[in-house]
Amino acid sequence: MAITPPTARLWWKEPVHRTELVWIIVAFLWGLVMFFMMIWWHATGEQNLATETYRTTPNAFYAKTEAMVQQYRVRDVNGIPVVRPPVGSDVYMIGRMWLWYPALELVKGQTYRLHLSALDLQHGFSLQPVNINVQVHPGYQHVLTITPDQAGEFSIVCNEYCGLGHHTMLGKIYVTDASGVTP
Amino acid sequence: MSEATFRTCPTTGLKVDLNAQKLIKANAVAAVVFLAIGGLFGLTVALTRWPAVHLLPADWFYLALTAHGLDVLLLWIIFFEIAVLYFASSTLLNCRIAAPRWGWVAFWMMLAGGLITNVAVLQGQSTVMFTSYPPMMAAQHFYLGLILFAVGALVAVGIFFGTLVIAREERTYEGSIPLVTFGALTAAIIAVFTLASGAVILIPTWLWSMGLISTIDPLMYKLVWWAMGHSSQQINVSAHVAVWYAIAAMLFGARPLSEKVSRGAFLLYILFLQLASAHHLLVEPGLSSEWKVFNTSYAMYLAVLGSMIHGLTVPGSIEAAQRRRGFDKGFFEWLRKAPWGNPAFSGMFMSLVMFGFLGGISGVVMGTEQINIIMHNTLYVPGHFHGTVVAGTTLAFMAITYLLIPLIFQREIRFPRLAKWQPYLFGLGVAGISLFMMGAGTLGVSRRHWDITFADAPLDFSYPEAAFLMLALNGLSAIAAALGGLFYVVVVVASVFFGRKVEGRVALEAPAGKSAVASYGSSESLKIPGTLLLVGVFFVAFVLYYFVNWKYLSDIWPMR
Repeated sequence: MAITPPTARLWWKEPVHRTELVWIIVAFLWGLVMFFMMIWWHATGEQNLATETYRTTPNAFYAKTEAMVQQYRVRDVNGIPVVRPPVGSDVYMIGRMWLWYPALELVKGQTYRLHLSALDLQHGFSLQPVNINVQVHPGYQHVLTITPDQAGEFSIVCNEYCGLGHHTMLGKIYVTDASGVTP
Repeated sequence: MSEATFRTCPTTGLKVDLNAQKLIKANAVAAVVFLAIGGLFGLTVALTRWPAVHLLPADWFYLALTAHGLDVLLLWIIFFEIAVLYFASSTLLNCRIAAPRWGWVAFWMMLAGGLITNVAVLQGQSTVMFTSYPPMMAAQHFYLGLILFAVGALVAVGIFFGTLVIAREERTYEGSIPLVTFGALTAAIIAVFTLASGAVILIPTWLWSMGLISTIDPLMYKLVWWAMGHSSQQINVSAHVAVWYAIAAMLFGARPLSEKVSRGAFLLYILFLQLASAHHLLVEPGLSSEWKVFNTSYAMYLAVLGSMIHGLTVPGSIEAAQRRRGFDKGFFEWLRKAPWGNPAFSGMFMSLVMFGFLGGISGVVMGTEQINIIMHNTLYVPGHFHGTVVAGTTLAFMAITYLLIPLIFQREIRFPRLAKWQPYLFGLGVAGISLFMMGAGTLGVSRRHWDITFADAPLDFSYPEAAFLMLALNGLSAIAAALGGLFYVVVVVASVFFGRKVEGRVALEAPAGKSAVASYGSSESLKIPGTLLLVGVFFVAFVLYYFVNWKYLSDIWPMR
């Protein structure tokens, strides 16, 4: 029994039944499939998380973001600036208690370098309803190269607990089609 | 040191050290108390998530969520695991327990630590979630309590190792240690790594909270903290797999299909499970993809291999035993005629099935580097770990309680009808909690979130309607699970304190069929078609669900 010492003292010499062997081999091969699937997706898949990261400080990151806001602000939404940066440019977004700043207006099918960092605590960048989720740390500047392939209004939820106003923390990304219209 | 005194168990013939028995009782009782407290917090969390009920105000919701995580994930489970370690070493090996006084030191340290941290949370200055990610800071005594608890647990694990050494020296058993003790040893080895990692990160964080250290790097914290946070879940896996084997042995006299294979599977846990700290860092900046791929897959899924092996050998050993006992017809007579009215069996078997189908598959899928992008920090995460830690570990621990009460506490089970239904109610509720949270997570709903309607936010957003339905169903499931949990606590308290004293033998074994057939277990005569069918269904579900999620991933915005 499993609660008593093995009956055969040399239990490691007992032969293993084919049933068990086959299952072990199947499970092992399946593990290999899953392992190489991740590597294969790095080579051929279109959704891989960037690893490009820089150290930064809240002040430095805020300064860069603010410069972009000053240059490319097109309008406001509920007092929050909406920025329409040039296609292909470096775009900055701050996570802070309790807002994603600023709102962005991007063009469908174009590629942007999205820089993410936090000013105070950790935050969770959760783009809905697309469902892209990335952790955002203070002191680290994470650069994602993204290509919005749908036009429309998208919201960024914070999905890392960041204090009592956490559930009010939202942001916006508007994606227009090539003529500049948000459907 | 005083001489150890023993009683002989009339049911098993094992010599039980009375010091060990007292320690097992104390740790198990503390575990159940924290389960009751933590479970209650959990119910309030689920009822707040249910938009139509929305029970607690925001500050209390986040406080309750922090307390829920600490009390059930840490205190209930580790106290119970210490009881299991003492049982698997001292009792199963017929041996006196090493240094019982240190056992009490460990117990009081753990209890004091647990209480201090609970007080810190209830004072309201430590609403930092179970994970307490910096730069968010809790009160000093929040960390102090955790450190005390971890050091106490480490002492208890040391006593387990000491007992193994004594048993070997005093030759209290023949040959090798039993498989269940081997599983407990696996849990203990992982526990050393876990608790040491906890000390390594919590001590500097404590110093930081006192102002003695200026900063704690948030990424470094996460890396080391999860070496405790995730590895402690691997203690659970090892411990509850050992519990599955123990219940199968006690009820059916089941022996492992192959000692070598089952022990090899535990060995894979020791070697590879700890890499899973990476599961929590897959969408973090600053870590390479190579690091993520290697670690998140436990080096090519070798720990998953271990679990898939147990997934065959545990039900397989029951099937083989049942067939030998006469239930040999067709694919499933062995399972149909199993003692479904015995909560030790029904709890154990549901734990096995749900750990595999709900917790296991979802964990591997979510832990795939790229797929994590569509799941990280959504409700999918708690959905997954309620499948592993609650449906898997907690249900298994509840199941073995029904055997420990007559054997160790020497009391009859009070309210046997309540006990009979308890695992079903709890299991059904937890299955619902797990599934509906995973459903909401698939729709993008954030975890640790008070208001999915975003009523107070400066911008407008709402999750899809289906998410509201999922959270309502989650609330209903939580009510069922909480009732099941309440039944458990009532049965345990009533039996332990007011149960009739057990005299003589306890009838543990499930009734046998007509006649025993030929022996099993050798490499020639193994016949487990029912189990093969079950693992076949599991495998197909696993593969399909895995690729469905790659399909979901391929639909999101291209990113690199």
